[in-house]
Amino acid sequence: MANAEPETLDTFPKLLMHNAAMRGDRPAVREKEYGIWQSWTWREVRDEVFAFAAGLHTLGFSPGDKLAIIGRNRPRLYWGITAAQCLGGIPVPVYADSVAEEMEFVLSHAGVRFVLAEDQEQVDKVLEVSDRIESLDQVIYDDERGLRDYDSVHLHAYAAVQKLGREALAQDPALLEAGINAGKGSDIGIFVYTSGTTGKPKGVVLTNDNLIISSRNSVAFDKLTENEETLSYLPMAWVGDFIFSHGQAYVAGFCINCPESEATVATDLREIGPTYYFAPPRVFENLLTQVMIRMEDASPLKQKLFRYFMDVAKETGIQILNGKAVDFSSRFKYWLGNLLVYAPLKNTMGFSRIKLAYTAGEAIGPEIFDFYRSLGINIKQLYGQTEASVFITMQPDGEVYADTVGVPAPGVEIRITDGGEVLYRSPGVFQSYYRNEEATRETLDAEGWVHTGDAGYFDDNGHLRIIDRAKDVGRLRDGSLFAPKFLENKLKFFPHINEVVTFGHDRDYVAAFINIDLDAVGNWAERNNIPYASYQELAGRPEVYRMVADSVRQTNADLATDPKMSGSQVHRFLILHKELDPDDGEMTRTRKVRRNIIFEKYGVLVDALYDGSESCHIRTEVTFEDGRKGAIEADVRIEDAEVFPPVAKSA
Amino acid sequence: MENRVTEEPTPEAAVTERAERSANADVLLDLRNISLSFGGVKALSNISFDILTGEIRAIIGPNGAGKSSMLNVINGFYHPQEGEIWFDGKLRGPMKPYQIARQGIARTFQNIALFRGMSTLDNLMTGRITHMHAGIFWQALWKGRAEREELAHRERVERIIDFLEIQSIRKTPVGRLPYGLQKRVELGRALAADSKLLLLDEPMAGMNIEEKEDMCRFILDVHDQFGTTIALIEHDMSVVMDIADRVVVLDYGKKIGDGYPDEIRSNQDVIDAYLGVAHD
Repeated sequence: MANAEPETLDTFPKLLMHNAAMRGDRPAVREKEYGIWQSWTWREVRDEVFAFAAGLHTLGFSPGDKLAIIGRNRPRLYWGITAAQCLGGIPVPVYADSVAEEMEFVLSHAGVRFVLAEDQEQVDKVLEVSDRIESLDQVIYDDERGLRDYDSVHLHAYAAVQKLGREALAQDPALLEAGINAGKGSDIGIFVYTSGTTGKPKGVVLTNDNLIISSRNSVAFDKLTENEETLSYLPMAWVGDFIFSHGQAYVAGFCINCPESEATVATDLREIGPTYYFAPPRVFENLLTQVMIRMEDASPLKQKLFRYFMDVAKETGIQILNGKAVDFSSRFKYWLGNLLVYAPLKNTMGFSRIKLAYTAGEAIGPEIFDFYRSLGINIKQLYGQTEASVFITMQPDGEVYADTVGVPAPGVEIRITDGGEVLYRSPGVFQSYYRNEEATRETLDAEGWVHTGDAGYFDDNGHLRIIDRAKDVGRLRDGSLFAPKFLENKLKFFPHINEVVTFGHDRDYVAAFINIDLDAVGNWAERNNIPYASYQELAGRPEVYRMVADSVRQTNADLATDPKMSGSQVHRFLILHKELDPDDGEMTRTRKVRRNIIFEKYGVLVDALYDGSESCHIRTEVTFEDGRKGAIEADVRIEDAEVFPPVAKSA
Repeated sequence: MENRVTEEPTPEAAVTERAERSANADVLLDLRNISLSFGGVKALSNISFDILTGEIRAIIGPNGAGKSSMLNVINGFYHPQEGEIWFDGKLRGPMKPYQIARQGIARTFQNIALFRGMSTLDNLMTGRITHMHAGIFWQALWKGRAEREELAHRERVERIIDFLEIQSIRKTPVGRLPYGLQKRVELGRALAADSKLLLLDEPMAGMNIEEKEDMCRFILDVHDQFGTTIALIEHDMSVVMDIADRVVVLDYGKKIGDGYPDEIRSNQDVIDAYLGVAHD
């Protein structure tokens, strides 16, 4: 049924009409508002989208115009995407937590004429820079709170625009028809701005075909149906959310659920119990950390039960999930464990009904990965890029390994260059970077191959293994390989370490900046009666240094067994006095570290790591949430770590 | 302290202006020559001021100036020995606090007075009690009118939860919440009462700057969105000057200033009382 004449359903408005006709009474969107899950069926969504589209039309939105969408995941913002497409316009989702200047860049670079903003906060940011965005014409807002006194002819409430639209549709019911029918698969579907670890964001141009074919292929790959439930909580400006919450939902016809607020995501997850779930490794790590913290406060009996059955799960759970043969007594123990531990635990985490979970973006720790799989949660990895409409490789059921990212996704060809760089070609490959031909030429070659910039290789099973960003891989002075991300991920797998930046290229040894995890270490400090008032103070405690030194030692011991990596053991480290923050430009909005900025900003600390000094004074500028600037000063201590001679790998 | 000028600051200008304003806007609460004493201690002496419908009126003063006593008088908890209280056009006789609540005055407390074992939601629902009309019998059965009423009240409360952005603590027992959030819940409960006049007793006491800024925004938004008349006591001068429409200043139970924030800022008596002559 879902495949009825797919070639004619080549745009999102057409898919929407199809869904409204085929499964009009099934829920399409839910949002928790006023404490109750409110839902809209596909038919209602169609009417909402059309009313808004007609309203935009009345306000003068014409084909080719861009509609920026700024805010957290809310039904009306999702509808705005399709509404713009109904009129032949291009939606441009923008990260809601961007500061005004970042927003200004995207809005003026894309030439945005209309803005759909969530609330007063976003409207304020847009208005702050509106003078400098020539193309900007109208701003529409969803939540009316606090905006009553904003007197502007260019400012409209969402509901008011829809009212205009309904009036227009009442006069001319066929108002939108021609535009929707004229839409083609080769039309531009969306601009997605990548946050970019270097330089300014780039606007990735994706067509309807890119998005819809990628969604269709991935839906078929994982056999997703209209019965799935997902939670839409990841930034709307990220291509992943667009594919998972919009593309796949439109293609398969399943229901997306918008959380009540950012702070309630965990509760909402539990209430919805999604069957299909996506999260970056960070989220799975945090969840596991929370579970472990709470287990440490549990009664001895519960702790014992938990430990015993987690061991059982580790032995048999993964095998059962992979469809391997398991003997009866193990199966019985697993069944008992499920009754006593796994099922309640999964319920607490909101994973009772989960059929499929994906993680991507960064490497996930093998222990973390195995933890979830051993509970019977089918968590898989995929490797993707905005430029590919997400999917490059995916892990098929039953062939899931923690250290690889799977086989090429349907329709994707992959080639590894002699230099080790991963290239791909697929129906999802982007058209160009908007108004940036040079970057387009660098990334997309004439034969349609996209250069990922990632170094990787295929292992014996035919699964792709990503090592690092190709340009980040370097060599120590003695010639041994230095893969910073590989090291950083190894250290980040410790629950009390949140972020790591390593240095080593053209140096004598590897050294590291470390950010501790405030939740995990804070809780540990509380239990051990270690007083602290701030991140900075906690980070400087000798006890914390000792704990981190121990993790570094373990990592080094592990590295020593790997002949390729034994040279990149961490010799010296320091715990940074502040958390790396996107607001200070140290990370991207998707929380990837920006090496060169950190290198510039903390130059003195880097020098101190290599000149043997034991502490170093630094003054850093910080940006507060309201945009004010301030400075923090600190004396950061630097410690040596224990290193090991290379040993042959045992068994 | 040395001789402070304590006479009523009633130059002609102020009188005419006040008369003008009273003519323009409705006086919601008018306090006339209020005096309150506990035994030999004069907590308030001969204080007069008014609160107009729709304004934010601040009552400020140093420690022990009589601010909370003033609020308790407005609230009806204390009965002044002298003076008249006109609320909503009626002269108020002696009343019990619940009668005053029904009359349309809600308040928050300096040291939080929530039901600590109850959830945020339930605490807010208690704020609706004066608006519940179904008898105990029907409430126990939860049928008919009682059910309809509860649904309506819940909706109202949910709007307040949404407004104050406390969705994530809806089901959390209040006693487990940090101080700043408890203060917000208390504001929510007072809001739930849908009162004509909202009394806030040091809503920002003990908060850090961020919490204070949040609270200021909520007070302004409440005022803007629901049009509630607000009287607040506050210690922090800068906060008051930013958000209040008019300010009355008390010191040692006497009124030493009354006017717009700008006037108060340049009022010598106020400066003396607050900053001036070596206070501590």
